[in-house]
Amino acid sequence: MSDDAPTRFAPPTSPAGAPFWEASRERRLVLPWCDGCARPHWYPREVCPHCLAPDVSWRPSDGRGTIYAASVMPKPAMPMMASLVPYVVVLVDLDDGVRLMSNVIGCEPRAASVGRRVRAAWEPLEDGRHLLVFELDD
Amino acid sequence: MTDPFRGRAAIVGVADAASPTGELVGTTRALEAAMVREALADAGLALTDVDGVFAGTGGTFMHSMELAEYLGIQPRWTDSTQTGGSSFEVLCEHAAAAIALGRCEVAIITYAATPRSSFKRGGPGFGGGAQRAAALAAGVVPPMVEWELPFGMRTPMGAYALAASRHMAQYGTTSEQLAQIAVSTRRWAARNPRARLQELITIDEVLASPYEATPLHKLECCLVTDGAGAVVLTSAERARDLARPPVLVLGAGTSHTHSMISQMPDLTVTAGTVSGPAAFAQAGIGPDDVDVLETYDSFTITVLLALEDLGFCPKGDGGAFVADDPLGPGGSLPANTNGGGLAYTHPGMYGIFLLVEAVRQLRGECGDRQVPGAEVAVAHGCGGVLSSTSTIVLGTEATR
Repeated sequence: MSDDAPTRFAPPTSPAGAPFWEASRERRLVLPWCDGCARPHWYPREVCPHCLAPDVSWRPSDGRGTIYAASVMPKPAMPMMASLVPYVVVLVDLDDGVRLMSNVIGCEPRAASVGRRVRAAWEPLEDGRHLLVFELDD
Repeated sequence: MTDPFRGRAAIVGVADAASPTGELVGTTRALEAAMVREALADAGLALTDVDGVFAGTGGTFMHSMELAEYLGIQPRWTDSTQTGGSSFEVLCEHAAAAIALGRCEVAIITYAATPRSSFKRGGPGFGGGAQRAAALAAGVVPPMVEWELPFGMRTPMGAYALAASRHMAQYGTTSEQLAQIAVSTRRWAARNPRARLQELITIDEVLASPYEATPLHKLECCLVTDGAGAVVLTSAERARDLARPPVLVLGAGTSHTHSMISQMPDLTVTAGTVSGPAAFAQAGIGPDDVDVLETYDSFTITVLLALEDLGFCPKGDGGAFVADDPLGPGGSLPANTNGGGLAYTHPGMYGIFLLVEAVRQLRGECGDRQVPGAEVAVAHGCGGVLSSTSTIVLGTEATR
């Protein structure tokens, strides 16, 4: 394996998720908000899961949040991530009001514990998109 | 007021297959057929009596149709509901309801999977990778692939580990307390000659086993084995004349809260808070009346959350509750008396074994691991990643 072999799975893009991935090319975080009930949701859907309204607008987020749950992986979930172990998988509660799965990078994995504050960071994917990850922010 | 479904259907035949080697011989279809034959013989019923087919797995697409065709059954009630490991409790609820309504009279539920021998042959073993690949090939992007897979969570243990991390942070639950669940369960497995793991273990040994995903250690995670089982239900009236003492379905409840773990509303609260009280209310009893508990133990945290959500202890107190070994032999709440998914068998979807063991306990057939005088048992399934739960309350003739 060469040094620049990808260590990140670049996921396929769903129609509902496309605006998120497009903004990720510029390392901008945007979230889907319902035009009907004015609430955010995650993951991106064609309709709002709170009220089923079909109109969703994308708003910028400052990417700040709190770790809700965390687990360190001693083995990779897929072979391409082998060089990353141990790494930490987290659920982050964004201040905007949604919860999403991610990783915390740039720290000892065990330091990314429940309750720690985090801020958005980005890891490049091979196709120009970026993966939303987090760094400790407290 | 008595619930109209309470006690109207009974489990009258059971069978299961597992081996200390973890492996079984035969295709899954052949194993299912053997289980159905054995469970019908256990009940004293014939294949021609069966008019309800319940199967959430085993086929390629139309599970109950493919099973019924293979077995030569043309039923008047069919059900292919799939909720992961809790499927069999859901199917039991559906079968009991269909029987109570008179829409079918003799129902079979069956399951077989051989992930251990499949993996040794170079096959896929256990996991959803094949289904995900098929969805992608069809141009559909499953949300899990887009929003979870890139972060490398080991599945399924990582999802349960996230829940354990949250419970620990929120309630002070310790790894020692979670480990006690594995220790208690192994004490039962030591009394089951068919269990995969029969040697007693200590809390220290659990904590010394490697992490699969922090905070969960290897010995807190279920087995991957081959296994198979079947359950036969009929009406309470017809059950009176059959070969074995009937085990009445006193109550049932089902719910689910999410499919993938990042969508679980609260990682410390499962759908058991809905399915459990619903099943108990229908049965007209409460947690204090339960003599034996068969509860899904994919991981130690699965058991801990179920104990809280079913009302055996208050939310957050699960760690303290399990610490004195109430779940083991001689304890106040004997649980997973066959050795559970942690030590008996776990072919990927364990729920049918919960029903089989609960029935055998209520019939008094369990030998060295028999809970003396058991009259009320609960089988509580959990499927997906803490996603779906289904609770079945069972009772002997004395509870009718």
